[in-house]
Amino acid sequence: MPETPATTGAPRKLKVATTSLAGCFGCHMSFLDIDERLFKLLELVEFDRSPLTDIKHCGRCDVGIVEGGICNAENVHVLREFRANCKILVAIGACAVTGGLPAQRNHLDLGQCLQEVYLTDPGVGEGMIPNDPELPLPLDKVHPLHEVVKVDYFIPGCPPSGDAIWRFLSDLIEGRTPKLGHGLIHYD
Amino acid sequence: MSTLPLETADHPGNLRRVVIEPLSRVEGHGKVTLLMDEDDHVQQARLHIVEFRAFEKFIQGRPYWEVPVMVQRLCGICPVSHHLAASKALDQVVGATQLTPTAEKIRRLMHYGQILQSHALHFFHLSSPDLLFGFGSDVARRNIVGVAAAHPEIARRGVLLRKYGQEVIRHTAGKRIHGTGSVPGGVNKSLTAAERDELKQDIYQIVAWSRDAVHLVRRLFEQDLETYRSFGSFEARTLSLIRADGAMDLYHGGLRARQADGRTIFDHVDYSHYWEQISEEVKAWSYMKFPYLRALGREDGWYRVGPLTRVTRCDFIPTPLADRERREFLAFDEGRAARATLGFHWARMIEMLHAAEAIKDLLHDDDLLGSDLMSGGPRQARGVGVIEAPRGTLIHHYRVDENDQVARANLIVSTTHNNHAMNIAIREVARKYLDGRKITEGLLNHIEVAVRAFDPCLSCATHAMGKMPLDVELVDAEGRVIDHLVRGST
Repeated sequence: MPETPATTGAPRKLKVATTSLAGCFGCHMSFLDIDERLFKLLELVEFDRSPLTDIKHCGRCDVGIVEGGICNAENVHVLREFRANCKILVAIGACAVTGGLPAQRNHLDLGQCLQEVYLTDPGVGEGMIPNDPELPLPLDKVHPLHEVVKVDYFIPGCPPSGDAIWRFLSDLIEGRTPKLGHGLIHYD
Repeated sequence: MSTLPLETADHPGNLRRVVIEPLSRVEGHGKVTLLMDEDDHVQQARLHIVEFRAFEKFIQGRPYWEVPVMVQRLCGICPVSHHLAASKALDQVVGATQLTPTAEKIRRLMHYGQILQSHALHFFHLSSPDLLFGFGSDVARRNIVGVAAAHPEIARRGVLLRKYGQEVIRHTAGKRIHGTGSVPGGVNKSLTAAERDELKQDIYQIVAWSRDAVHLVRRLFEQDLETYRSFGSFEARTLSLIRADGAMDLYHGGLRARQADGRTIFDHVDYSHYWEQISEEVKAWSYMKFPYLRALGREDGWYRVGPLTRVTRCDFIPTPLADRERREFLAFDEGRAARATLGFHWARMIEMLHAAEAIKDLLHDDDLLGSDLMSGGPRQARGVGVIEAPRGTLIHHYRVDENDQVARANLIVSTTHNNHAMNIAIREVARKYLDGRKITEGLLNHIEVAVRAFDPCLSCATHAMGKMPLDVELVDAEGRVIDHLVRGST
């Protein structure tokens, strides 16, 4: 992988990519809830593809952090790109770990929902079901990440707190096996 | 189906496709496609919302009291908006026509906290790199990391403004993201004196920094007036909530719609029958619907919501510093900034200042410490809740059956209202900056700058679902088929 030019003696920055698939961006917001520790983090990591940068494709990275489950073909494509390029892949938050709230649609019939939302619900004039080739294909069900690719770490929570994310990244950066202690693991 | 200029090319088959995917430094999933002819002229430009969800459908059958906690998971940037809009709708279901003073003020405090954090996030973390470095500047630097390196004090204030808003939310909702503080009929906690005093400590600094942020946008306008006044700009009808006395009120009010020249279409309309004013159109190329004002029809009825609308269409802002900034904004450059698409940023910072001032006033009100949290009355079958979310007017509508289960839900979110307007903005930019030129990354970012001005929340806008007539299989790591994509139109 291309090495970041580092000043003599300084360790190379970890390269981190992040993305949100079928999530709400809440885990990314919780990431930002590390508040001013963000500036400390920026001394230690370099961001690749992320909603915070304009890099559109994931390059070779040390860590890939993925929020959200898998709900359409585009999600599958992006997840596989992350897996292929990231040494460590992290499923962050309830949706990535279990499918989360969006997976509540799994017991519904897609076709019927479409009919209702785009054709028969009150408030829709002359309806149609969107079908342009630019729109990615939805999956019948919403899946957690590990059903599609191998996942190295799972951080539960809706969302995991900024403190939990900070602890996890600090452990990785300092070469420890990440471990979230009391108060940092929660399922909500 | 209505069609606008540059929406649909006459002969798409012969054209070259350019795609911006994914849109970055915006919340949610979207992309822009351009179709160019052999002379590099833009023939078609579309903003597509490419994700689908099913919130309105899968909350059917759930107990109504779960709804404010469930629906906020539409959006992790503005969860409080959905939390509160759902609560307001369900207040009516539980007969709480009048909240207790403590409940109403705790909710307002939560809401202003969210306006503050969301506006700070959008301006400093997402949009400021374009404005500080230039729309076509180096992609490696065009992000918050670049801002932190080149303008450390601006970045630091942005982070701390957002942090303060998040702390207001944590104290009122119990958690920074996806809290539980608001419930049908009121709230489940008020503030302790210690919590109130903790928030009070920093609020004067927050007000001062918010005002500095307004002035920063003003300086950006002054430095490149020609670009800022015209970039992606167009005339638009507007829709917003307005207080009975004409004041800006982001938590409650009646609906006000105006023509582009300021003439009234309707005013102070009770939103409980919003469907008499607003209808939605579907287009084949986006999962996001296109709302329009019924009185004007689908061709002419599209409109714009959000900070620029609210700041320019209210009669006054009920806090002094923000109102002074509003008047200066309206007067600047003979009113052109107030009609410019990039005026969104200026208006957003004025609202951030208003939110900071409103928080300051509330923190001096002892009702926040009260213990009378809940109210109720005769049960109703239906409730509509409308709020001005950071990105614009947000409508939640529920019907609840006799078993306390949600029978029906309809949501029209802020970004959906702006669907037409955002598409028009990108076509303006495509026509002016890209047409006839060789496309570069920097030029494509101009399109995204126009989209970002609206601060779209594309996650919020994807609560409905859609599908296409194709067939694909999802295979797991061992090659087993674990899902397939629906086919046909059922």
